[in-house]
Amino acid sequence: MYPNDFRYSKDHEWVKVEGDEAVVGITDFAQHQLGDIIFVDLPPVGKTLELHQAIGTVESVKSVSDIFSPVAGEVAAVNEELNQAADILNKDPHGQGWIVRLKIKDKKEIEGLMTAGDYEKFLEGLEA
Amino acid sequence: MKKTRFNELHKASGGKMIEFAGWEMPVEFSGIIPEHLAVRTKAGLFDVSHMGEITVKGKGALAFLQWLTPNDVARLEKGKIQYTALTTPEGTFVDDMLIYCMGEGDYLLVVNAANTDKDFAWVAGHAGGFEVEVDNGSDAWSQLALQGPEAERILRPLTDVDLASMKSFTWRTGRVAGREALVSRTGYTGEDGFEIYTTDPAPGPIWEAIVKAGAPLGLLPIGLGARDTLRLEAKLMLYGNDITDRTTVLEADLKWICKFQKGDFLGKAVLEKQLAEGLSRKLVGFEVRGPGIARPHYPVLFQGSKVSEVASGTYSPFLKRAIGLAYLPIEAVAEGTAFEIGIRDRTVQAVVVPTPFYKRSK
Repeated sequence: MYPNDFRYSKDHEWVKVEGDEAVVGITDFAQHQLGDIIFVDLPPVGKTLELHQAIGTVESVKSVSDIFSPVAGEVAAVNEELNQAADILNKDPHGQGWIVRLKIKDKKEIEGLMTAGDYEKFLEGLEA
Repeated sequence: MKKTRFNELHKASGGKMIEFAGWEMPVEFSGIIPEHLAVRTKAGLFDVSHMGEITVKGKGALAFLQWLTPNDVARLEKGKIQYTALTTPEGTFVDDMLIYCMGEGDYLLVVNAANTDKDFAWVAGHAGGFEVEVDNGSDAWSQLALQGPEAERILRPLTDVDLASMKSFTWRTGRVAGREALVSRTGYTGEDGFEIYTTDPAPGPIWEAIVKAGAPLGLLPIGLGARDTLRLEAKLMLYGNDITDRTTVLEADLKWICKFQKGDFLGKAVLEKQLAEGLSRKLVGFEVRGPGIARPHYPVLFQGSKVSEVASGTYSPFLKRAIGLAYLPIEAVAEGTAFEIGIRDRTVQAVVVPTPFYKRSK
């Protein structure tokens, strides 16, 4: 379920490192909690995000949630497709549903995030 | 938390459970959007056993209910149902409800779950001087709602009630899936459909039989999430959001339930005065014309000043846009009037539109 080459935050974002960049999205657990997603508010390209700063918001029919940046960095690209079809976040949260690409400021921050195994244990703790 | 008699069935079929008005209820099964669209195009089954049922019986029952409600209870006869309200002396809402006429001097009030205890205290507290007996039978009743264009086709083989001859806002008794039940042609979705009431202590098989019969025709079990989006598209009121003890029946645009000729009722004087002098505000429907969804309590701005808060607001799965209801000053209630809604750190334009947002074709 949760790819082994990703890292995960307690706020249910995932990070995939590709060279100097980090691809960021929300986890399958997060999309399931939100329900049908219909609108995503994306940040402008070039914006500098601090660690845990709000990247944008995700709105489902029943709720609205902030997405927090799991690493600090500059927004290199955003997934424009989400403006047309936000439900990609429900259908493929770990793939087509990526949200932003960040130019990583400090790679050490990646080490502070959970591995897939740790994240799955973290989820078990939440459900217990 | 209270549980309905279908609680275990919901959990077994993957219902996402939440607390609502003291009850553990399913908020969704397969997702709000697919559930919503199933009800609009096929059928959906809801557990609404959390609703309250209050009986009013006795020689004075008609006069008593005429005093407590603005609609004309005298128009009811056995088998008929009326939408009305419990009003305060200020013409505002204690609750909205359905009155089922069970016979002469015998009525069943179906009220909102969150208000059941308050309503029962209100009704019982006003009974002095009337020859009536008031009972809160809510714990004994289970209630399901089968809604959508396929509702009649799904229910027909499961019941001895002659559904085809039932008009909207009428009820009959009979058997559903072998259980004694009261079936009414009512609902809270804007679709045709039925509500099934039973005092059977083990009504689970009714749910199971309808799901089994309906699944091949596209029926889905529906949670509270889609119940809210469906009722809002049809502009059916939600107590606590659209109507409260601070909004009058006329401000809520429910003049059609006020029958001033019938005699005196609680709040009548205030409502008549309001009618004569004109309203200063009214509940209207709006569409959001920018990105985002207007949700309850978001600020409503007209000509730069905050005038109220969003009463109800959601994404409309059928119309695929953000819709809602809000109280606006009377100079802003005309269709087409533009105003703003504060959506977090932004101000987004909204426009007054005709309601209901959705009306089924007959």
